[in-house]
Amino acid sequence: MDLFEHQAKELFAAYGIPVPRGIVAHTVAEARAAAEQLTGRVVVKAQVKTGGRGKAGGVKVADDANDAEAKAKAILGMDIKGHTVHKVLIEEASAIAEEYYFSFLLDRANRTFLAICSAAGGMDIEEVAHTAPEKVAKVPVNPIDGIDRARAREIAQAGGLPEKSLDGAAELIERLWAVFVDEDASLVEVNPLILTADGQVKALDGKVTLDANADFRQKDHEVFVDKAAEDPLEARAKEKHLNYVKLDGNVGIIGNGAGLVMSTLDVVAYAGEQFPGSPKPANFLDIGGGASAEVMANGLEIILSDPAVKSVFVNVFGGITACDAVADGIVSAFKLLGDRGEAVTRPLVVRLDGNNAALGREILQNAALPGVELVDTMDDAAKRAAELAAVGA
Amino acid sequence: MSIFLSKDSRVVVQGMTGAEGGRHTARMVTAGTNVVAGVTPGKGGQVHQGIPVFSSVAEAMDSTGADVSVVFVPPRFTKGAVLEAVDAGIGLCVVITEGVPVHDSLEFLTLAGQSTTRIIGPNCPGLISPGASNAGIIPADITAPGRIGLVSKSGTLTYQLMYELRDIGFSTAVGIGGDPVIGTTHIDCLKAFQDDPDTDAIVMIGEIGGDAEERAAAYIEKHVTKPVVAYVAGFTAPEGKTMGHAGAIISGSAGTAQAKKEALEKVGVSVGRTPSETARLMRALLEAA
Repeated sequence: MDLFEHQAKELFAAYGIPVPRGIVAHTVAEARAAAEQLTGRVVVKAQVKTGGRGKAGGVKVADDANDAEAKAKAILGMDIKGHTVHKVLIEEASAIAEEYYFSFLLDRANRTFLAICSAAGGMDIEEVAHTAPEKVAKVPVNPIDGIDRARAREIAQAGGLPEKSLDGAAELIERLWAVFVDEDASLVEVNPLILTADGQVKALDGKVTLDANADFRQKDHEVFVDKAAEDPLEARAKEKHLNYVKLDGNVGIIGNGAGLVMSTLDVVAYAGEQFPGSPKPANFLDIGGGASAEVMANGLEIILSDPAVKSVFVNVFGGITACDAVADGIVSAFKLLGDRGEAVTRPLVVRLDGNNAALGREILQNAALPGVELVDTMDDAAKRAAELAAVGA
Repeated sequence: MSIFLSKDSRVVVQGMTGAEGGRHTARMVTAGTNVVAGVTPGKGGQVHQGIPVFSSVAEAMDSTGADVSVVFVPPRFTKGAVLEAVDAGIGLCVVITEGVPVHDSLEFLTLAGQSTTRIIGPNCPGLISPGASNAGIIPADITAPGRIGLVSKSGTLTYQLMYELRDIGFSTAVGIGGDPVIGTTHIDCLKAFQDDPDTDAIVMIGEIGGDAEERAAAYIEKHVTKPVVAYVAGFTAPEGKTMGHAGAIISGSAGTAQAKKEALEKVGVSVGRTPSETARLMRALLEAA
């Protein structure tokens, strides 16, 4: 889960990392009130979970409360790379002497953590990393040894930070490591990390990605979930412990195993190219290894509540999952949805292979559910599902 | 022959007395695996499903000569279980558990890297040398022994390819797992298959996220002379969304399926558009050979 800047900074502050004073505002009136409370010059910052916000005009300096109100009016509702701005952070303006860059992240390829530090921070850090990589220090951090103050200082030095900033930066980096480890983050990034005119090192921005696998020991992280931004279907699926991602096509997809479902999306998209309107997958849904009747019913229910869905492709390779259980699941799902007055009216293409596939197919043949077709191979089934979506379009 | 796992492997199951552990132990035994012990702290001395249970991996190894462990314990206990196996000096530790925090994985992978233990996983289906041994949850009855080696990030895609090529059969199929950091990599398996006299050709299955496939392509160009076909899943996955596997996420322009496919094709690897086409490519390669 990615955090908003203001959430990242709240987390930083809890670990004693210096950040500017700031207040979150959801409306123009709140923005004005926040600026009045902070007094003086403020910065109005769009809260969106994407980069390049400054360049898109989502960060503006305001001279006073009137100006903050005007700036907030311009920024709230703005679209930044497909993210609508629903809130702004009103922050006291900092007197910036220098801008640096710092992050801890996971280096997948080398199976280590990495500290990245540079004296050339700010909006163009990616450009710097590309054109002048020698200005960006990338220091592997062994997860067993971690980071102490001395090591933090070395990294700041490697990044080319000047002597006057080293003590402040080392303290901040050491605390940032504590955030990274104690909060189970896979990324903490501060860009820019600033030296203020009065010699203080501060986090002027903050980006944090938390590891969802650690939720069982990070109960506090629940407050960071952005319920408003969640897709309603994704939220419902999550409540039912389904692994569902909404996409923008019209062929509903149910499968078992993340790899097979990803592959199913691709195969449906390829097949769709040959039909009018080019039908595409409407979602990713992995029912996992269990695939009980209940899971199948929940999955079908979520998919069918997406009005864009014109056909559904159930693609199961029974490894651990037995195909007869999947077939039973489909039969019960039809009954369950019918009993609720939500009878399934859209066509369903089913491909079953592997563990007990023959038995599964027999169950579906005998049940003779309306609109359910059995197709032998994944490629042919994808084609049929796409064809049905095109017909229904 | 096979890689990493043979009929002589002596397997200990960590978490065998749990529901998942017990169920899969029974399947492994049916597939011919020599499961010699289970480990559950505090349950040493019991016998479960006819297999002796020990309180620690070290005791199990001392008493039974176990050299492979398969880990089925829940995420919150996984780090401890793996470190116990590493400390005991086990040769191969297969971590099936899904949902291990990445800080835990990196810690045990770092310590295992300083030891003699090979880790496969976490979040993987394990590995099978058909007809010889099965360490994990890959179904044994969908394929046969043969001369293809398979390495994959995905469980069900592994099963799909094993099934499609069941008449030719497999030396070993390794599910390396879908997490962002894993023990044994595509490259480790490619190297082992290249060196295995009983593997003639290799199927490699990748998916979006990270650059493991690109690095594997570079390795193939330099070191692999056996024919390789590949499949990559996730061409239609949107940026920034995790697709089921924790590691399956496109960040910016990094980790796309297209980039992986291009990297592999550049070094002469045929990449199938669908799993079935990938199976056909392998078939054609073997027939031409």
